[in-house]
Amino acid sequence: MSLSTETQNQPTGSASFGGLQARSEAALNDARVAIRNLDFFYGDNRALKGINLDLPDRQVTGMIGPSGCGKSTLLRILNRMFSLYPGQRATGEVLMDGQNIISDAVALNDLRAKVGMVFQKPTPFPMTIYDNIAFGIKLHEKLSKSEMGERIEWALTRAALWNEVKDRLDKSALGLSGGQQQRLCIARTIAVRPEVILFDEPTSALDPISTLKIEELIDELKRDFTIAIVTHNMQQAARCADQVAFFYLGELIEVAPAAQLFTAPKHPKTQEYITGRFG
Amino acid sequence: MPTDHIVRSYDEDLRKLRDMIARMGGLAERQVADCTRALVRRDSYLAGEVVQRDVQVDQLEREIDGFCVALLALRQPMAADLRLIIACMKVSNDLERIGDYAANAAKRSIVLASLPALGSMNGFIRMAQLVQENLKAAMDALVQNDADAAERVWAADEPVDEIYNGIFREMLTHMMEDPRNITAATHLLFIAKNLERIGDHTTNIAERIHFAVRGETLPEDRPKGDNSAFAVVRAPGD
Repeated sequence: MSLSTETQNQPTGSASFGGLQARSEAALNDARVAIRNLDFFYGDNRALKGINLDLPDRQVTGMIGPSGCGKSTLLRILNRMFSLYPGQRATGEVLMDGQNIISDAVALNDLRAKVGMVFQKPTPFPMTIYDNIAFGIKLHEKLSKSEMGERIEWALTRAALWNEVKDRLDKSALGLSGGQQQRLCIARTIAVRPEVILFDEPTSALDPISTLKIEELIDELKRDFTIAIVTHNMQQAARCADQVAFFYLGELIEVAPAAQLFTAPKHPKTQEYITGRFG
Repeated sequence: MPTDHIVRSYDEDLRKLRDMIARMGGLAERQVADCTRALVRRDSYLAGEVVQRDVQVDQLEREIDGFCVALLALRQPMAADLRLIIACMKVSNDLERIGDYAANAAKRSIVLASLPALGSMNGFIRMAQLVQENLKAAMDALVQNDADAAERVWAADEPVDEIYNGIFREMLTHMMEDPRNITAATHLLFIAKNLERIGDHTTNIAERIHFAVRGETLPEDRPKGDNSAFAVVRAPGD
């Protein structure tokens, strides 16, 4: 039984304070992306069942759940990665600006400019730092050299990487550390000015300090971008997310503001999972 | 903490927590000051204000507790951060009790204002002064992370207890001299006891702050002087 519609946006009853303010308030922002009755199939296997979920505008939605629950599957639907694979299909709607982005009504390239993805393993191209960022921009826009330079500087600054690489933009991106490479991938993603950024286990391969730096970055990015983050580390979801969605066996069990879900979840399965009493 | 946290919003949360607990401390100090003033001046109006304001104290405790629970769930605090958050939860309880005692004393002072004045108020004034000074020093120690200042407050309860002993014996004497004094003397006894308990809670606050800053507990036996439990006053001629 999916409780998604009943448990979404329940009032928390707690007052709002400081940095926890947005994350404690019952009213999350309006939906930037609205997922409606989404089913997903790997061949005959129904991996996602009737998902109804809003991603609030310029806030972070964390998606948690045990391995195989469907959270990564859902994330990859949002930028239509399944179109690469013939046996995979989705039914239902994912609405953004009134359009269903999983239908052919929205061109794939346009979608991928609006919805960016950052993966678990940093994926720098075997090119210079400059070219890594310019590559994606060139696919979508025609910019003059100086405009390109400005955009690249902006993206690297927003990704908190500019000061570390500004004197070696012409060096290979492969020479950067793991944390730097991940921030490069984030810069690459935001350089095409998306509206939504998807993070799939973005810090699983990083050390604790680099992880916190990425989390601080996400805190800043959400001022301008709507963010969804899949993480098997629920403490990360607790630290970063405004809204948390818990998935189990392809169903959305519960979604609530972070402060509420981690202090007083409504569904027993949620409570079992987050207290480590699963299985 | 000397350096900033990597995630700025976490530092903002901790700052907000310190602000909230400082605000609650300030409110509790004011309640103690006002309930004493209401008693000494026989000012029922002021006493009524103290009683009403207790709602704000209770509300702040709920807010602080809720905020601390959210902080624990969402930030996984460690070491000094963890000790601070737990200390604030406990200190908010102590401040809430202080607020209750002050409001209770204020209620009794309304009754006392309608009865003939009994004895001098000097003991009460002195006791309330000491208690307020200690409470202020404890809250300052919290704001400034000063474990030494907290330890000084922790050791400073004895004079408060001594004044309480004196008031206790004085009230027993008044009651024995004239049964018509009993109502007023009993209320005054309770008020004195409330002030003494406020002093004890202030000591608790100091202990919690010391632990939050140092990570070590103070010794079990702090200087104490309340021996009213053993007080006996014989009637003249016994």
